[in-house]
Parts: sequence; C-alpha cells; structure tokens
Amino acid sequence: MSAILEVRQLVREYPMGAERVAALRGVSFDVDAGDYAAIVGPSGCGKSTLLNLLGVIDRPTSGTVSIAGERVDQLSDARATDFRLRRIGFVFQRFYLMQALTARENVELPLAEAGLRGTARRERARALLDYVGLGAREQHRPSQLSGGEQQRVAIARALANSPKIVLADEPTGELDARTGAEMIGLFERLNADGTTIVVVTHDEDLASAARRVIHMRDGSIVGDEPAR
Amino acid sequence: MLFTLAAASLIRHRARTVLAVLGVAVSAAMLLDMVMLSSGMRVSFRTLLQSQGFQLRLSPKGTLPFDTEATIREGDSLVAMLEGRPEILAVSPVFGGQLHISTSRGIVASSALGVIPAVEGDYELTEGRQPSAPDEMVANDALLGAAGMRIGDTVHAGSGYDSQLRSLAGARTLRIVGRVRFVYMARAQKGAALPIVTFRAMQGRDSDGRISLAMVRLALGVDAEAERATLERLFPRVTVISIASALKGVDERLIYFTQIAVILGAVSLVVGFLLVTTLVTVSVNERIGEIAVMRAIGVRRWRIVAQIVLESSAMMIVASPLGFVLGLVTARYLNSILANFPGLPERIDFFLLQPSAAWTSLGLLAVSGVLAGVYPSWRSASLPIATTLRQEAVG
Repeated sequence: MSAILEVRQLVREYPMGAERVAALRGVSFDVDAGDYAAIVGPSGCGKSTLLNLLGVIDRPTSGTVSIAGERVDQLSDARATDFRLRRIGFVFQRFYLMQALTARENVELPLAEAGLRGTARRERARALLDYVGLGAREQHRPSQLSGGEQQRVAIARALANSPKIVLADEPTGELDARTGAEMIGLFERLNADGTTIVVVTHDEDLASAARRVIHMRDGSIVGDEPAR
Repeated sequence: MLFTLAAASLIRHRARTVLAVLGVAVSAAMLLDMVMLSSGMRVSFRTLLQSQGFQLRLSPKGTLPFDTEATIREGDSLVAMLEGRPEILAVSPVFGGQLHISTSRGIVASSALGVIPAVEGDYELTEGRQPSAPDEMVANDALLGAAGMRIGDTVHAGSGYDSQLRSLAGARTLRIVGRVRFVYMARAQKGAALPIVTFRAMQGRDSDGRISLAMVRLALGVDAEAERATLERLFPRVTVISIASALKGVDERLIYFTQIAVILGAVSLVVGFLLVTTLVTVSVNERIGEIAVMRAIGVRRWRIVAQIVLESSAMMIVASPLGFVLGLVTARYLNSILANFPGLPERIDFFLLQPSAAWTSLGLLAVSGVLAGVYPSWRSASLPIATTLRQEAVG
C-alpha cells in the first residue's frame, strides 16, 4: 500500500525568551492510505504540535511533510487553506461547531467553501449526517445536541469534502465512557470504509482500536507498533 | 451562510448590538445635520434669490440691499435707463421705509416697501389682489394680526409718527386689498407694500425719484456676470449684485459656519466608526476560537474578513435610516429655533436636506462601516491558527 502521509526529520522549535524550545526533534514516519494510526504519549511530548504540522495549520522549523504526494510544509497561506479544505478533515476535542448554525449547516460550511451549491450541498450534508447516525437531528443547533452528537456532527463536517486524511485531536477527551466507546466504533467504521485516520489521544481504548500506535516522548518517536 | 453567521453574531448579544446601533444612529444624525448645515444656508439663500426670477440687484454704492437706509438718488432715471437696455426684460424699483398705522389698539409700526405692483418681486399674494390704485396696500399676516385688520379695511397710515404730538407724518388713508407673504422679511416681521409713488409722496420725497433698490430681470440667454460688470461700469454710483456675487459674499460670511460643520461632521463620523470598531473587536475576541476553527477547516481568510465587515456594515446600514430620521427631526427643530435669528429672511434654512447631503452622509457611513470592520477582521483572520486553538483549548 502506498504512503499517503510522509513525514521526514520534522523539527518544530518555539522561541521562549532568548531560548528556543524544541517541541519536535526530527520526527519521521509514513502513514499508508487506509491506515488508522494513533499517536500517544505524555502531555507536552509534542503530539498536538505534530498534528498541527500534519494538518497544515502550522509550519515546521525544518523537515518536510507530504500528503498525497504534495509537499505541504511550506505552502502559502492561501494554498494551505485550500489544501486543508479539500484534502484534510479535522476533528477537535471540543467539537468547535458554529453555534449559530444547525447541524446540517455546520456540515455544509466546508462544502459551501469548496463551491458546492444548493440541493447538491444539502443532500451531501444530509448523507453525511445519516452516515454518523444523526440524520434526524439535522435541524438542531449544537446547543440542542449532546457532546457525543456534537462530535458526530464534527466528524460529518470533517468528511464533507472527502479528505485524503482525517486528523483527530483527543476526539473522546470531552466525552463520557459510553459515548467515547460509541465514538471509537464510529472511527473504526470510518476506517473500515477506507478513510485514513491519524488520531492523537490519551485514551487507551481509542488507541487500541487503531491499527497502529506511534509512541512519542520529548518530541521524538520512541515506538511505532501495530495496536493489535 | 456568510449572512447567517454575520447575523447570528449580531443577534448573539442583542442588547449590545441595539445599543451600538442607537449610538451609531445618533452619530449618523449628527453627521447628516452637519452635512446639511455645511451647505444648506448657501443653497437656501440661492433658492431665495432665484425664487422671484431677478438675476441682478442694484443698491447704493458700497451697500447690500436694505443693509442701510441709504437710497439711490434719481432712481427713476436709473430705472428708465435700465429698461432701455435690450439685455433687460424688467426692472422692479423698491423704496423701503416705515409705515405707522393708526388702530384702535394704538399705533402699529411696520416695515413697508414702495413697489410697482406689476413688476414687484418682494412678496407673494396669498389672498385678495395687487394694489391697482394709489391708495391701496397689501400686508402680511404679522401686520394684519397686530393691527387687527382684514382685507377690505381702510386704515389711516403715515410714514412717520410723532409720539409727543401723537400725529402721523405724511398721513394717507389706505385700503387693504391683499394678504401677502414677503420673501425677504424675517419671521414675525410686520410688513406692508404699497405703490412706490404713494409711499414716496408720504415720505415727502416724490420729486427726487429715490429708490432703495432695483431688481433686474434679464432677457433669456444674457450672461448675468457680464451684465453686472457692464452696469457697474455704466452706473458707478451703484453696487450691482448678481446671484453669484451675492453667494460669494455669503460664502465669506459663512466660512466659519462651514468649517465648524465640517469638523463636527468629521467628529461624528469618527465617533460612529470607533463605536462600531470597538463592538466588532469585542465580538471577534469572544469568538476567536470559532474563527480559528473556520480557518482550520479551510474557510478562506477573505471570507472571514467579509463576514466581519458585513457585520460592521450591517450595523451602519440599520443605523443609517434611524439616523436619517433623527437627523431630519433634529434639523427641523433647530431650523425652527434659528428661524427667529434676527434679520434673516424667514425662508432661509440653516439645515436644508438636499439629495447630495443625504447621499454624502450615507456614503460616508457606508465607507466607515466597511473600514470599521477591516481592522478586527484582518486581525482575527491573521492570527496563527495552531496557537489560537491551543490557547482556546487551555482557556
């Protein structure tokens, strides 16, 4: 299987006063298309920094990131934005839905940005909500949905433009155990249906559901093994 | 979707948005009033001068019409010479003075104009008819009311009154034949008009043919400025005033008014701008995480800017009609106060609504609404996404 994500010698340093602190110290790994990788490690080990670089919302100090064969580590703001829109799906710990929009409108947001109009956009959003089991809740606003339902809407939004890869940052972090387990099941289904997933998590259950677990410590990868 | 998000952002804090819109409306009203004031008096004065169709006015050398009690000697000869010029269609001589009317309530003093009714340009007849005999006169509401007179009444009047002897000078019996509205008189100023021959006779000056002012109506196509220069050359003992030269004089006298209006208008605009900028900045800071997420999922920077500019513009757009109405009401009230300004014709408006004033105000508000959204929108759309999301997660 070909690598859809290629990371080479990735370094990310932050200025802190006169010093520079390294959050990532030369990270390299590949993720194949259709893979499901969990990145785990203690707080401050650089997991989220790595995810931000993979998601093209931050730039590395050095090293390269390629997604679907395209170098993304030095893209201009406009190209990076377009890349995120069409090639990457984001799922955040705190869901981050637009409170003013309904569930369907939240899913429509990236579709509208990608230029899909009218009925086609609505039908696509409905189909995605059906896929995550929220077809009956499309007119509800985030404040009318439970945490698990909001995260499902966020997943539907992440899938809107058929991304090459879905990046999730602690997607079960705000959910109770039962809802978290449902979410783990949903991620498994997503992956089974062909979606490449990279998830950053402290949740052992979520990590063990992945096909592969990447262990990090102090900005470096210290282990990379199949989860099961 | 852009509209939904912008509207939702404004509706999220209804009370705050309403207060800001009211604040901007007050600022817009002030702006409109100042734009109206900066040019209103000039336009109003020009309209007044043009209203009776006379393009030139001849007054004693170095004076403005009725600025002093000076008169033009041999005015009748001047009028005759003017009437002989092919460039001139009509000449209306005016002789100004005082009229004292004996009534049951005592003596009522009034301004009076001696005119030739057929060519006069000083008043508009609202009831009755023009004087057609030497012993007929017309009067305005203020005089009719003060003297308790009506059309058809006969009055005993003189050009002067000796309070010690209690006698009228140049006394005549005159019949009131019309009710008029004087164009150039101040509000509540009592006024009468009667044939110039009669009025001069009452003054005892009928032999020298004096006039206070001659108003000249030019033939079609005659250049008023060229004719003004010609008449000043031909008649060096008079000052010839065209509408343009009168307006120049008005401009010189109103320069401070205009400057104050421009400064106060600019201040109003800046206050409205700062109000909207502050509100939008606060609103943007409250949802900085939301904006960072929008950027993260691929919403373009310009669309974020557009959404926030839309919010600031929407506030200006909603506030503009409110401000417009408020500005008109305020202007009307201020006009009613200033209508009593001593010596100013009743028809002069300080605050005059013209399409250009309305469009200028709306244009300035629209531009400031867009600019008010630019800083907060650009700031929010330029924030580093990863850092903002991390701070939001920690927060």
